[in-house]
Amino acid sequence: MFEVIAELSRWAIPLVLLMVPLVAMLRGVKVYETFVDGAEAGFSTAVKTIPYLVAMLVAISIFRASGAMEVLVAVLSPVLNFIGLPAEVLPHAIMRPLSGGAALGIASDIIKTYGPDSFLGRLVSTMQGSCDTTFYVLTLYFGSIGIKKYRYSVILGLTADLSTLAASIFIVRVIFGMGG
Amino acid sequence: MVNFVWLVMIVFGILVAGAKGNVDVVTKAALDGANDAVKISISLIAIISFWLGIMKLAEEAGLVRALAWLVRPAMRFLFPSVPKDHPAMGSIVMNLSANILGLGNAATPMGLIAMRELQKLNRGRDSASDAMCTFLALNTSCVTLIPTTIIGIRLLYGSTDPTSIVGPTIMATAFSMAVAIIVDRILRLIYSEKGR
Repeated sequence: MFEVIAELSRWAIPLVLLMVPLVAMLRGVKVYETFVDGAEAGFSTAVKTIPYLVAMLVAISIFRASGAMEVLVAVLSPVLNFIGLPAEVLPHAIMRPLSGGAALGIASDIIKTYGPDSFLGRLVSTMQGSCDTTFYVLTLYFGSIGIKKYRYSVILGLTADLSTLAASIFIVRVIFGMGG
Repeated sequence: MVNFVWLVMIVFGILVAGAKGNVDVVTKAALDGANDAVKISISLIAIISFWLGIMKLAEEAGLVRALAWLVRPAMRFLFPSVPKDHPAMGSIVMNLSANILGLGNAATPMGLIAMRELQKLNRGRDSASDAMCTFLALNTSCVTLIPTTIIGIRLLYGSTDPTSIVGPTIMATAFSMAVAIIVDRILRLIYSEKGR
C-alpha cells in the first residue's frame, strides 16, 4: 500500500509533464508559445505575495522570538490539561498553524525527549502529519490575488485545526492505549 | 479575525519581550520575518512560472476541463457557486491531488492557479468569495497520505514502527475534513446573511 503510493508520488509529475504537452500537440496547440504565454504571469503572481507574507511572517517571527509562546502555554495548560490535552504538546498545537518549520522543530524535540513510540511521540507525529500551516497558506493564497478581507476563512481554518487536534488525541488514545 | 490575530501576535510579543528584559530581539525578529517572506516569494517565481506554463498547455488541450468533468458531482456539491466545467474546478482538483501525494512543489503553484481562476469569478473584489473559503478549508485540512518528514524523524530516533502513525493521521485528517465541510456550510449561511 505505502509502496504503491510512494511510487505514484514519484511518477506523478514526470507523467503530467509527459502527457500534457503530448496531448496539447495532438489537439493542435502551439505548445512552446502557449507555455510561454502561461508562464508570463509567474513573476507578477509571486511578487504580489510579498507584502502579505511580510506582514504575516513579521508578526509570527516577533511572537516566536519574544518568548510569548511560553507565557501562553503557562496560561493555557491548566485549562487544556482539564480537557485532556497533554501540556507537552501545547506548543506544537499553537505553532502548527503559524509556522511549519517551528512546529516540526517542536515535534522532533518531543519525539527525541519522550521516544517516537511513546504516547506523546505518536500523538505529536499524528498532529504534525494531519495539520497544515493554515495562516501561511491563507496569507500566500489570498495574497497572490490581492484579497485583503478573509471573511470567515480564518475561523474555518482554525476550527478545522482544532478538530484535527481533538481527533488526533482521541484516535491515538484508542489505537495505542492511554499510556502508550 | 485576521486583523485581531495579527495585532495580538505583535503586541503580545513585544510586551512579553519587554517584560523579560530582552526587547532588542523584537527588531531582529521583525527583520528576519520580512527577509524570510521576500525569500519565499522570490523562490516562488520559478515554480509558479513553470506550472503556469504547463497548466496553460493543459487548459488549451482541454485537459483541465476533462478533469473538472470527471469530478463534477463532488465539486458541484462543494462549490455550488462555480459554473460546471469551469477551469477553476480542474485546478482545485490538481492542487488537492498534489497535496495528497505530498508533492509540495506542485501543490502550491496549482493552488495559486486555482485562486486566480476563482478570483475571475469573484470579479476582482478584495474580499474572499465563498468558493475561496471552501477551497482553503479543504486545502489546509486535507493532507499527504505519507508524511515522509515526520516518518524520517521517527526513524532517526529509533522508532520500531515509524509508519504506525500513517493510519491515525489519515483518520484524523478525514475527520477534520468532514468538520471543515460542515462548518463551511454553516459559516457560509451566517456570512451571506450579513451581506458582503
